[in-house]
Amino acid sequence: MSTLSSSVPTRRTTSKPFTWRRLLRWETLLGLVVIADFLLNTKLSPYFLSPWTLSDASFNFTERAIMALPMALLIIAGEIDISVGSTMAMASVLMGLVAKAGFGTPMVCVTGIVVGVFAGGINGVLVTVFRVPSIVATIGTLSLFRGIAYAVIGDGVLKSYKPDFAYFGQGYVWGPVSFELVLFAALAIVFAIVLHTTVIGRRIFAIGANPVAARLSGIRVDAYKFWIFVLLGAVSGLASVLLTSRLGSTRPSIATGWELEVITMVILGGISIDGGQGSILGVVLSALLIGLVTFGLSLLNVPGIVLAIVTGGLLIGVVALSSIVGYSGRRRRH
Amino acid sequence: MLKLIGVRRGLPHEVGLGLLTLLLLALVTIAFPRFLVIDNLKSLVDDTALLIMLAVGEMFVLLTRGVDLSVAANAALTGMVVALFNAHYPGAGILPVLVIAIVMGAALGLFNGLLVWKVRIPSIVVTLGTLSVYRGCVYLVSGGAWVNSGQMSPFFLSFVRFPILGISVLSWIGLLVAVLAWLFLRYTVSGRNLYAAGNNPNAAGYAGIDVGRMQCLAFVLSGAIAGLAGYLWVARFAVAYTDVASGFELQVIAACVIGGVSITGGVGGVVGVVIGGLFLGIIKNALPVVGISPFFQMAVSGFVITVAVILNAGSYRKNHGRKILERAEASS
Repeated sequence: MSTLSSSVPTRRTTSKPFTWRRLLRWETLLGLVVIADFLLNTKLSPYFLSPWTLSDASFNFTERAIMALPMALLIIAGEIDISVGSTMAMASVLMGLVAKAGFGTPMVCVTGIVVGVFAGGINGVLVTVFRVPSIVATIGTLSLFRGIAYAVIGDGVLKSYKPDFAYFGQGYVWGPVSFELVLFAALAIVFAIVLHTTVIGRRIFAIGANPVAARLSGIRVDAYKFWIFVLLGAVSGLASVLLTSRLGSTRPSIATGWELEVITMVILGGISIDGGQGSILGVVLSALLIGLVTFGLSLLNVPGIVLAIVTGGLLIGVVALSSIVGYSGRRRRH
Repeated sequence: MLKLIGVRRGLPHEVGLGLLTLLLLALVTIAFPRFLVIDNLKSLVDDTALLIMLAVGEMFVLLTRGVDLSVAANAALTGMVVALFNAHYPGAGILPVLVIAIVMGAALGLFNGLLVWKVRIPSIVVTLGTLSVYRGCVYLVSGGAWVNSGQMSPFFLSFVRFPILGISVLSWIGLLVAVLAWLFLRYTVSGRNLYAAGNNPNAAGYAGIDVGRMQCLAFVLSGAIAGLAGYLWVARFAVAYTDVASGFELQVIAACVIGGVSITGGVGGVVGVVIGGLFLGIIKNALPVVGISPFFQMAVSGFVITVAVILNAGSYRKNHGRKILERAEASS
């Protein structure tokens, strides 16, 4: 089993000990770009290389990176969910209402995650029961969930959170190591183990590689897809807890457009948009890369909207580069 | 319900959807007769014309099994560029503005298309990237500033509002785009090849159709229409800023899907898209008349889109084409 699981990303290279292909493996490429950007940032700003600066840098990507992990699973399984940002908004609004009603922090957190599970369940049912293509289904729920958030609080703001709620988004576990970063690292390890070493992970790859063959070989394809949608919803709820805690308030416009940033992270991480390929390591590296690049640029006072050009350019540039140099793992589908 | 009205009796999807749209219009009018006054209808048609134009462009891309998420960002960038052009050369007249809008939109579409065709990146990845890039470029060219109606010359603003036979030029352009697209898809070789390339790329390839080139063509057409829509949008609302039409691409795709365009490629038509756009437009314009708070509008239209795609899902089950992100047995 273990040889099988480790053979997938390197399937085409196992015959030779060293080839250019191996050097051009997606994760290697990403790792080199991460190191290059790290050195560049160090060069550009004298303040970059302090533990506290690096800790600050982690805050601008950990919430998105946490969602990128289950999103990677979903895209590997051949589906997509563009409603995650709206799920976060809906979860945040309900958390705000629960806090306003006087409940304590544990209840607030549970609410956020339960709303996420509920939202993921709706997406899962739309895709697996009603057979709506996931991109279409989640375009609908994207408006629906965000709309519910607006319908509930309009242009208002909810901020009656208890002081101890702030820990999730602002707390530190040890020195400059934030709670968010620890959570992300722990989840990344769990997701990597599940995806790359367990039967569940193998089946997710199988479903993405060929859903028909997977179903015929006895995998309950729809059940897997449904539960990945639910998992993604739950993690979106968790990300909403972190973001709401970090901001200390809820507005219905919270996390607008995050779905595209999360998907960018996943695709940049080498997950094939056609399903069936990719690794958690790649996603972690691409999350680091996007976090470092955007933070480095914001140290140079580049405005946020220009960062969007960089993120988008990075996505196209890196994928185009790999396509031009003939990275064989990406096949044409669209 | 669509199945009950249309598909089961062997009628095309468009008929069922058209009846549903008329039913919606009738319900709103019966409950609130003032919805059907001329002024309200004019603004409904003007609003919807922009949605329909963009949706027709999006349809070309969807037909070839792609998806263009960058249409709204393309419109925002082109709209900003023509607004700036107008502010700097107020005496240039309307023709250069239209030419710049269409050519620049087509060029932005061509960029998408070349990446899909020549570099072989999936269209959803390409347009996800260019969505951010184009939107960021709006900020770069404008420096974050707004171009207000005061900086635009009178012809720039009045052109779209000029009434011909009681209907604004904006709506006429929307109609013209739809008619040209219908003629193009029905009576030209390229138009038929677009369907072929999306319906079965392998067979199309054997028949001598360059599938990648068809995809590129679809992106150029979508881009050109988005560019034109960008000028019309800016002129209609008399302001250009970075967030123009932000998030509108999803409504555009929703209009296509409601109009019966298959996300799996090769299925769909202009008539369906126009009715789909009208359906969404009526809902959007009826909500304020009916007295629903603006904060509820997004929830209601989200609910309607979700229900509509569930109802339409029947056609996906029958259609044995490939689903987006999912491979069917035959097509690999």
